[in-house]
Amino acid sequence: MSDVPVPYERDYALTLLRHMLRIRRFEEKCAELYGQQKIRGFLHLYIGEEAVAAGAIPVLKPDDALVCTYREHGHALVRGIAMTALMAEMYGKREGCSRGRGGSMHIYDARTRFYGGNAIVGGGLPMTVGLALADRLQGIRRVTAGFFGEGAMAEGVFHESMNLAALWKLPVLFCCENNLYAMGTRLERSESQTDLTVKAASFGVPVRKVDGMDVVAVHEAAKEAVAFVRERQSPLFVEFQTYRFRAHSMFDPDLYRDKAEIEEWKQRGPLHTFTDRLKAQGLMTEDDFQRLDGEVNAEVAAAVAFAEQGSWEPIADLTRDVYTPP
Amino acid sequence: MKITYREAVRQALHDALARDPRVFLMGEDVGRYGGSYAVTKGFLDEFGPERIRDTPLSELAFVGCGVGAALGGMRPIVEVMTVNFSLLALDQIMNNAALLRHMSGGQFSVPLVIRMATGAGRQLAAQHSHSLEGWYAHIPGIKILAPATVEDAYGLLAAALADPDPVLIFEHALLYNMEGELASPPAAVDMARAWVRRAGTDVTLITYGGMLWKALDAADALAADGISAEVIDLRVLRPLDNATFLESVRRTRRAVVVDEGWRSGSLAAEVSARIMEQAFYDLDAPVARVCSAEVPIPYAKHLEEAALPQVSRIVAAVKALLPSR
Repeated sequence: MSDVPVPYERDYALTLLRHMLRIRRFEEKCAELYGQQKIRGFLHLYIGEEAVAAGAIPVLKPDDALVCTYREHGHALVRGIAMTALMAEMYGKREGCSRGRGGSMHIYDARTRFYGGNAIVGGGLPMTVGLALADRLQGIRRVTAGFFGEGAMAEGVFHESMNLAALWKLPVLFCCENNLYAMGTRLERSESQTDLTVKAASFGVPVRKVDGMDVVAVHEAAKEAVAFVRERQSPLFVEFQTYRFRAHSMFDPDLYRDKAEIEEWKQRGPLHTFTDRLKAQGLMTEDDFQRLDGEVNAEVAAAVAFAEQGSWEPIADLTRDVYTPP
Repeated sequence: MKITYREAVRQALHDALARDPRVFLMGEDVGRYGGSYAVTKGFLDEFGPERIRDTPLSELAFVGCGVGAALGGMRPIVEVMTVNFSLLALDQIMNNAALLRHMSGGQFSVPLVIRMATGAGRQLAAQHSHSLEGWYAHIPGIKILAPATVEDAYGLLAAALADPDPVLIFEHALLYNMEGELASPPAAVDMARAWVRRAGTDVTLITYGGMLWKALDAADALAADGISAEVIDLRVLRPLDNATFLESVRRTRRAVVVDEGWRSGSLAAEVSARIMEQAFYDLDAPVARVCSAEVPIPYAKHLEEAALPQVSRIVAAVKALLPSR
């Protein structure tokens, strides 16, 4: 646990905590609903990595753009997609943010410029570059943030996209969430260069390395990084060092890593360490936490009720939106 | 006005760039080099490097970048040098461009145009000579165009740019030097319709792209033998315009599909299946197909010619359907 004091006012700090708690409780409920077969398909939980989305995404402005991965529930929630619409999407209901066509891996929201949700590792990266290029060509000064795992850095598309963004000096914030495992393959078993910032720096892009388990560290780094990209209108790469506490997906028996390793990382869990710091600094009491947790749990319950009451898209609409209607 | 197919594509691009500030070009050597088929020569000087963007050899990234730019409000035209190279970008074409609208519940359209050269006939050997447009026509969510005439080279590109969804345009490499008439101003073209290029009564030849001209030559040869062949240019390979070729086949009662792609799982197979499903009882003979031999297209001229559909094979295929006279 970081012994650096939390440099925020109480309300500001509690907002960061609330973001993390919303992700945690939402996903715990998703895992439970998966067990009840209310949610099907692939379900990739972000639990353990909450500090990254919670710390970084609030720094973006409403008209900035985001491109994420198939482990994107947290990003969607922090970005402001309603938990009700998100849960309805998990259920496959028409009221879901993608009308139930996407599910867990394909969350989209035009209103918040949330461009997925992409179930191809690295598949969102060139899109990220293209969104930034569109801004450049239209003379709009915005930031496009692309989130991806360290696994994507083994894909050719990472290198092609970094090269393009660097070559054309586009305002892209590359956010690598390094949770050490590409499904079951640990970093050193898949990368000849395990320092990811070295790979990124080879494109002539400035790099940062951040403790992704500490929401304060993430938030402060994100403020600097987003400001850098916004002001200079050129790319920056940030590696957030983090860890997922749950298995890769609900199908994963998690046999490839030591239980001791998981326990060790849990000691650094982003939620309880931040809570402890806030209490130690007198910014929050246990009662405050319970009240906050109660509010979040009520929001989750309301989201579940909303999804339960949702409707199924009529089969007659199956082929709707393959093409844009005339 | 008589101009080349290359000039027609060039004019269509030029007019789009001049008319719509959202349009920009991106691809390998489209700028300083002038385009690998010299389609965009002079554009860099006229429109500048922001709108005429030379890319690195990164098909996957620059096609995907086109998807992102389209989402971001632009109207990108991405040039991929040749169809075999487009396989490097297949993930972005398939998994993003084609799927995004449906997968997002209708929230995002991708108004992206991708142009590429296709087809054989210039002894460029196996990795520069294939006709994979039939493959792409398998994918819901994208539209596939194959302009065969100078008019269509201009008009289909203009129509593609006006379309809100991703459109792939396959230009047969042998057509770039072909001359034809283009009205001034060029007539608007309906990109949803196939077109009857020659009327006939005994058999329908259904084809597209570079093969149109071989089919028309075959129709000439057949006419000399007293056989009247109707020739249909599909023009749009997805979504297929069933009505036009079914109407024709119901009249002529015979069909030969001419397709430069490989026979197995080809566009010709799809057209043939649709005729069987919807016009079976109107047929006097089984649907025939003239396709490329199922080999990588070889370099040596005699082998390349042997691998491709030729006029003589089309004529023979038609005659095999007709009662001997």
